[in-house]
This record gives sequence, structure tokens and C-alpha cells, in this order.
Amino acid sequence: MSDLPDTNVLEVDNLSVSYSTEGGELKALRDVSLDVPRGDIVGIVGESGCGKSTLISAIIGLLAPNARPASGAIRFRGEDLLGVNDDKMRALRGDEIAMVFQDPMTSLNPVLTIGRQMRDIQYRLPDSKAEKNARSIRMLQRVGIPDPESRLHDHPHQLSGGMKQRVAIAMALMMKPALLIADEPTTALDATLEVQIIHQLKRLQEDIGCSILFISHHLGVIAELCDRVAVMYAGEVVESGTVREIFHAPEHPYTRMLLACDPGAISERTRVLPIIRGFLPDLVDLPRGCVFRDRCDSAIEACSDKPPLQVRGADRLVACHRAGETP
Amino acid sequence: MLRFITRRGALSVLIVVLAVSLLFGMIHMLPGDPASVILGPRATPALRAELNERMGLDRPFIVQLGRFLGNVATGDLGEDPFSRRKVADIVLEQLPFTLTLVFAAIAGATLLGVPLGCYSAIRRGSWLDRLAALLSVAFIAVPSFVVALYALMFFSVQLRWFPAIGAGDSGDLADQARHLVLPAIALGLGWIGYIARLVRASMLEVLEENHVRTARAFGLPERVIIGRYALRIAILPTVTILGLGIGTMLSGALFAEIVFSRPGIGKLLYESVMTRNYPVVMGSVLVTTVFFVACTLASDIVNALLDPRLRESEGR
Repeated sequence: MSDLPDTNVLEVDNLSVSYSTEGGELKALRDVSLDVPRGDIVGIVGESGCGKSTLISAIIGLLAPNARPASGAIRFRGEDLLGVNDDKMRALRGDEIAMVFQDPMTSLNPVLTIGRQMRDIQYRLPDSKAEKNARSIRMLQRVGIPDPESRLHDHPHQLSGGMKQRVAIAMALMMKPALLIADEPTTALDATLEVQIIHQLKRLQEDIGCSILFISHHLGVIAELCDRVAVMYAGEVVESGTVREIFHAPEHPYTRMLLACDPGAISERTRVLPIIRGFLPDLVDLPRGCVFRDRCDSAIEACSDKPPLQVRGADRLVACHRAGETP
Repeated sequence: MLRFITRRGALSVLIVVLAVSLLFGMIHMLPGDPASVILGPRATPALRAELNERMGLDRPFIVQLGRFLGNVATGDLGEDPFSRRKVADIVLEQLPFTLTLVFAAIAGATLLGVPLGCYSAIRRGSWLDRLAALLSVAFIAVPSFVVALYALMFFSVQLRWFPAIGAGDSGDLADQARHLVLPAIALGLGWIGYIARLVRASMLEVLEENHVRTARAFGLPERVIIGRYALRIAILPTVTILGLGIGTMLSGALFAEIVFSRPGIGKLLYESVMTRNYPVVMGSVLVTTVFFVACTLASDIVNALLDPRLRESEGR
């Protein structure tokens, strides 16, 4: 069970992060809790502005300069990352915790060769240049890049988007991290490539035995890839559980609406695509009660009080007063 | 890359030819004919006609230009009518002094300006950043001849740290270096701040780019991220500006050479303009033009070496 600390690679515990802005304190994350069990792939879904990026930045210790010190805990293999110094955090990044970013077009350095960049991230190893290159070539081979040896001499602009993202994955997994954080790694790619990359990622994850925190707004990809999923809305986790539970029996109204809006789930021909009416609440001046109340169709009197996370089923959490009622 | 260099090189040659033709035309249109300058006001018409014929000045303009260009191509810049020496020799004698001065000024300004710019970008808003901003604007605003005069008065006359005039004894490198310090400061001072501002601005831009975030996410040391990943991109505009800036520096060198009574192209040009020595004026301006074009070509090539995307877009 996920309660035992040694089975979780990552435990985010009541994490709150705010930014100082001109308009006031922007509360980007509020009491977010999330576990990533060893060897699992955990998805995070949510629309833009739900705090996904802040969560990632907080985990890898690269919050924007205007972020206030975070409260709560981020435990990586039992150690609270919020307490470690910059050098220790930097030692973990790229070695134990690796990242794949959203836009492969801009996430590689444009003026250095692929080989150089791949060698550079092995800077902690005492190996010779030739050994590092050999490791890079093996890794490029594993992510399915043809003729990897000559790719080392290429610059990023000489590769296609899909190739670049494969390179980025190869770079991230080269040091065999315990945790890979993938921030919408397939959003910038076309659909067929997306499927290929997802399968590749899953295979590599099984080979290497790492855990993945997979951020996406593409529900189909989450369903395909992940074991567990957390749904975020306006800086809070509103529902989390196994993919099966969340996708087959969503309990939070936001999750239900999100699933209904997924173009992949729409089977009938329609002129009007479903939307969630209204806008995200102002994170500087938060409304009282449930954050989703203003956009919720099933809001009741009780929703003016903040709903606590209720444990529903094996280890599923829902933050809704009406959880459990049949919709 | 070779293709890039060939194309840019050919373009540079074309620019030089155009510039030289323009220059030739300008000199040609100046009032007063060279024959009376060379022979003096009391020369007989027959003597003038003879000289004009000997120098080819009676031929049509286009023929003269063609001959001039042909001569330039073979390294013949004509003859100084006063000393009867070859202009090419006179100019090449003075060129090393100016080159040393300009490169010393550029090198000093770059070595100080680039790290200062990087520091200002990383520690934005720190007291050093603010001070650098203030001093940069101040130093850019002051013309180099004013800096030269004050440097001369303060460091040579008052403190007696550095010699005031000349370029030092030939053969004595230490003496030459001591003579180089003040003129180089006078010429390069404004550039330190200019380069620092440029590097700071582009560094701030580059540090916001996604690939820097990637490098950080891989835990690369900050000095590698700044020095290798970011600076290589952030330096590109500065390299371009430096290539062009050497042109302005050449005119700045003129003042520095006059104030410090230092030999060099600037001083040569000044003296030959004063004595209406047109062939030498022509020769010095021509060599300066070639040097300037060569510098912009060099900066283009350096940029292409630093940024593979530039090579590609030109190479096709």
C-alpha cells in the first residue's frame, strides 16, 4: 500500500506554493498531496493554470524567483526536498530525477551538437569522452533513433520534432533516474508519433524500472500509459485514484466534465463541442468554499464550505461534498 | 561552412570594389587638379599637361578608375608626390601601430565587458549591476578624445604612471606596451560598458529560453550553463556589433593617435589631408576600408562558427 514510505519514490504532502505578484499573493498550489509508488506511472490531468507546472518546478527545486518558500513536504525516497540545499538538489536533478519537457523544438540547446549535450549531462561520471559517447549511442538506439552514431554530430535543428523528443527522452533516461517527470511530452507532436513515443516510454520505464510522473491534458494518453491519476483544478488535487476508477466512475464533477469534454470520448456527430462553462477562479483572491463551485452544475448549499478530501474505496480520494451520491 | 565563407568573402570583395570606386570618384570630383597641387601654382600649362598625361589624368574617368582598380589589385597604391615613396609602403609602415591600438582596445573592452555583462545578467539588480549600468551610459556618452585628454593629464602628467606621447622604442616590447595603455583605454573605455550592456540584455533573453531550463533540470553546474550553454548564443549580437564597431574605433583611433602623438593610420591620414597629399589620403582610406570590411567578414564567420543555424540558412 502507498502508505508505507519505502514503496513510494515520491510523496508530495500538503504542498502549498504561492508567488508574490503585483496583484498580491497568488496561491498557485494549495495542500496538494500526491504519491508516486515505485515503478508506477502516475498521471496528472488538468487544464492550463491548474498548477501542474508549479508542482513540477517545486519537485525539481526550480521554482521561479518570485515564489515564496513552499510549505508542506516533498519527500523523494524519504528525504524532504524542501529542506535540502541547492547543491544537493542539483546533484539529484538529472541523476535521480530527470525531466522531459513539452516542446522538443526549444528544449534542446540550438548551438551545441546532440553528442555534446548528451556528454555534458554525464558530467558526474569519470568516464572518457569515448565511453560517454558510446553510452549516448546506446541510449539513442534504445529510443529508436536510426543511425545514432552520426546523430551525435547533428545539431537539434537538423532533427524532426519527433526525433528531438526521442533525444530528450534518451537524455532523461540515460542516467537511469528513479523518477522521470514528463511534462506534456507528446503535446507538440502529431497523433501517430504520440502513440509511438508513449509505447516507447512505457517500454523504457519497464526496462529501467523507474517511476514516471506524467503530466498531460490528453486523457487518452493518460488512460493508455498510467497506473494512477490525479486530477488537478486551480491548484488543488480534486480527485485521485487508479486510472480505472477515475475513468470509469469519476466522482468529482470536474473530473466528470473533463471526461465529457474529451474529444476522443465524443461518439456522436455534433456541431457544438461540450465545454465547462465559466473560468478558473482568481488565485490571488480565492472564493470561499469549494474552488469548483462557480462552475459546478451540482453545487449545493454545503459547497460554500471547503470540501475535505474524502477517502473513497481502496485509495481513492475525492474533494467533493456530494461524492458518493449517484449523479 | 566553406560555402558560407566563399559567399561572404565574395560579397566582401564586391563591397571593397564599390567603396574604392566611390572613393576614387569623390577624390576626382574635388575642386583643384592634382597637377597644380603637385607642381605648385607657378607651373607652366605645358608642364601640367605633361604631368596629366604621364599620370593618365587626361583619360576618361572610367579608364582612370579601371586602371586604378587594376593597380590596387596588384598592390600598387601609387606614389607619394612629395617623398616619391610608394604609398603602399608608407601606409603599411603605419598600419601595425593602428592595428595594435584597435585590437588592444577591443580585446580589453571584451575581456572586461563580457564577464561584467554576464555578471549583471545573473545578479540583476545587484549594486554592481546598477553601478555598471550607470558607468556604461556615462562612458558611452563621453567622446574618446575627451577621455584621451583627461587620461593624458591625469595618468601621465599628474601621476606620471604612463608615458604621454609616442609608441615606444621599437624592439622594446615592455616600453611599447606602456605606451599602448592610455590610448587603448581612451579608445576602449566606452566599449566596455557598451559590450556589457549588450551581453547583459541578450544573456537575460537567453536565460529565459527553454533549453536553459532543460540544462538546469539536468543539474548542470551554473557556470557551464552560463559559460557554454547560454553565452554562446548571447554573444552573437555582440560579435556582430564588434565587427562593425571596429569601423568606429578606427575613427576614434585618429583622435587617440593625434592626442598621444602616436604613429598610425589616423595620424597619417590627418597629416596627409592637411598637406593635400591625395595619393596618401587615398591609400590610407583604402587600407582602412579593406580592414573594416575584413572585420565585418570575420565577425560573420565567427558567428557562423558559433551558431550552426546561421551556416545552414546561408549555405543553401
